[in-house]
Amino acid sequence: MTQEYSAGRYYPGELLREDRMPHIWCPGCGMGSILHGFLNGLHQSGLPLDKVAIVSGIGCAGRVAGYVKLDSFHTTHGRAIPFATGLKLANPELKVIVFSGDGDLVSIGGNHFIHAARRNMDLTVILVNNFTYGMTGGQFGPTTPLDARTATSRYGSYEPTFNVPNLAEASGAVYIARWTALHLRQMEQSFTEALHKKGFSLVEVISPCPTLYGRMNRQPRGLDQMKYYQQNSIIQHGADTRTVGIELNGKITVGKFIDIERPAYTDIKTRVYEKAFAPKPAAPAKTTAEASSK
Amino acid sequence: MSSRKSLSGDFFITGDVACAEGAISAGCRFFAGYPITPATEIAERMSERQPEIGGTYIQMEDEIASMNAILGASWAGVKAMTATSGPGFSLMMENLGLGVMLETPCVLVNVQRAGPSTGLPTLAGQGDMMQARWGSHGHYSIIALCPDSPQEMYQLAIKAFDLSEKYRTPVLIMADEVVGHMSEKVTIPPPEEIKTLPRRKPAVPPEKYLPYVPDADLVPPMANAGEGYHFHVTGLTHDERGYPLMTAEAQDKLIRRLVNKIDKNQDDIIMLKEDWLDDAEVVVCSYGISARIGKFAVERARAEGIKAGMLRLITAWPFPENRIRQLSKKVKAFIVPEINCGQIALEVERCSSGRASTILVPHMGGGVHQPHTIIEAIRKALK
Amino acid sequence: MKYWRKPLDQDHLKTQHYQVDLITDRCKGCGLCIEFCPRHVLAESAEFNRKGYHPIYAVNDDCLNCGLCELMCPEFAIRIVQREGAPARE
Repeated sequence: MTQEYSAGRYYPGELLREDRMPHIWCPGCGMGSILHGFLNGLHQSGLPLDKVAIVSGIGCAGRVAGYVKLDSFHTTHGRAIPFATGLKLANPELKVIVFSGDGDLVSIGGNHFIHAARRNMDLTVILVNNFTYGMTGGQFGPTTPLDARTATSRYGSYEPTFNVPNLAEASGAVYIARWTALHLRQMEQSFTEALHKKGFSLVEVISPCPTLYGRMNRQPRGLDQMKYYQQNSIIQHGADTRTVGIELNGKITVGKFIDIERPAYTDIKTRVYEKAFAPKPAAPAKTTAEASSK
Repeated sequence: MSSRKSLSGDFFITGDVACAEGAISAGCRFFAGYPITPATEIAERMSERQPEIGGTYIQMEDEIASMNAILGASWAGVKAMTATSGPGFSLMMENLGLGVMLETPCVLVNVQRAGPSTGLPTLAGQGDMMQARWGSHGHYSIIALCPDSPQEMYQLAIKAFDLSEKYRTPVLIMADEVVGHMSEKVTIPPPEEIKTLPRRKPAVPPEKYLPYVPDADLVPPMANAGEGYHFHVTGLTHDERGYPLMTAEAQDKLIRRLVNKIDKNQDDIIMLKEDWLDDAEVVVCSYGISARIGKFAVERARAEGIKAGMLRLITAWPFPENRIRQLSKKVKAFIVPEINCGQIALEVERCSSGRASTILVPHMGGGVHQPHTIIEAIRKALK
Repeated sequence: MKYWRKPLDQDHLKTQHYQVDLITDRCKGCGLCIEFCPRHVLAESAEFNRKGYHPIYAVNDDCLNCGLCELMCPEFAIRIVQREGAPARE
């Protein structure tokens, strides 16, 4: 593959399945921008592309796997993380990236999400959070802010939400960043860092869903939601993840929240196995005194 | 701890342990599972053995994750297996379908216990046979093998991996609690005597590779992740490029091929054990532990001078339709003992199409048949 | 281009020129590039593309190749190219 440049700048055409464009995402959806940012971040990481695999679940964000010209897997709803776990452990040379949505990763796949973080499985998870189930028509999910109206919360959502960075930190993730679809340069940087981080790294990207979530919550165009992000995002690196929950029409704290060191799953496993399989020291030779005493 | 790369010789082990050893002999180097009675011993054995042979054992958070992990591992080019029992088998069903759709070689062992629900965790059942055939949604064909002894647990584990690679499909080993837990002599041949099928690799360079262009036998060669093919695969209905295609035509082409690659190769896949069928007037048709008791009943019936025969289904799915059809033209009745209220009996009845009668000898689970119940059914069939 | 003071080296300074190259039929008219272009180069055209959207077009020559529209465009429809005859960027 040849690298493409646009007026002196890298352009990720080599990483995109151009034969599948235009993609299925709605006008004003943030997915395309986030994908562009991701591909740039992947390029900057310098990882060998033959050894990068992408696994997606189901939903709008789940379609990413089909647009990226890498070994890519579009799996079942919520199951991208265990599939990726198998892929990674069976071939540790691979850099395995999970690209999926909020409903996929923290609702139906929530159990896998927390357990992969607990194990500190060497995966990079990109969670696109649009606060709703987009592909099925805009129902509320575990990230839908209280009072937000959706196809199944006509009078306003009354379920408390997951604060995704906090959930990931509590479960054991070693790298957690959050940006909105507007923070393209910062996002790129975070993707690159996350890809180089050994262990469970998470980048949450808040994305507009104008067709469903936005339309029902007075932000009917992707542009409206992007302007909202512009006016309400507060960059706060190292923020306490307990404080970064998202409320309807509230401020959105973004930045790199967590970047710590903790042994990854395979490191600990290797240590245990090495100890168990270490050759036993040879028994000391018997002294003549011992031998003669028998 | 001493490192045992491969075992060979005679061992007195349980069916579960034999199954794990068979998988290892077949080259299985990835096991993902979740503890569940009566399949737990397979996971336990694997947790001990995989590190010894440079493989991976991972205990996932549930059976859904276990099934997905083996699919992922298989796409990385490693032979992978999971083992479970009824409740876990139910949880695996959705992603068994993913395995079928992505055409992923892997092996899933179900050591059946009595259900439904939690049922009798420590006691035998054979109630998942139809679930094995139809458990995931949508229409597909599947391969399921039924061992009747620890020795066969060992051998069929190897066979299951071969079939899964040859036909690029998940293969089920439908054992039962009795076979899983019984200890018998198991002979493991030396490694050089064990022949296994390698994965069918693409014959074209990466830029020309399309993941779902089948060979003449309807099975496409398979590239692994990390080999530079940059392929895309999806659980959506897809074309030969692996790209989603939401049309009835694409569905027709894909599903026909997925079904036909198993059904049209039945002769190669199906294994049967036949005894005294030449002159048989009544045939006991069974599988797993029920077949062992069935065979004992047939021997007794022969001693009484009854022309009874035994047809043991080593392969339950695809169902040996042709053989049952042939036999139905010359025998009076099929006796089908199974530890459920009639599952494989339905298939026998379908294939005999009224030419021979089908007599179910059911057992609700929690134990095995008393031989006399089968002998009485044989006698009754000839009255 | 307007300057708040005349650059001392204006005589021998060459400004590079860039333009937005659009794959017209990919544009879904979301308007992100129009809104966030720092130099207000882009606007919605009155014409329709094949998909029935109003694609964007450049209303002036002020593009400085910051690349924001290219990166932000969710459709991978925008590439910035050097205008013909303009010197290459270092």
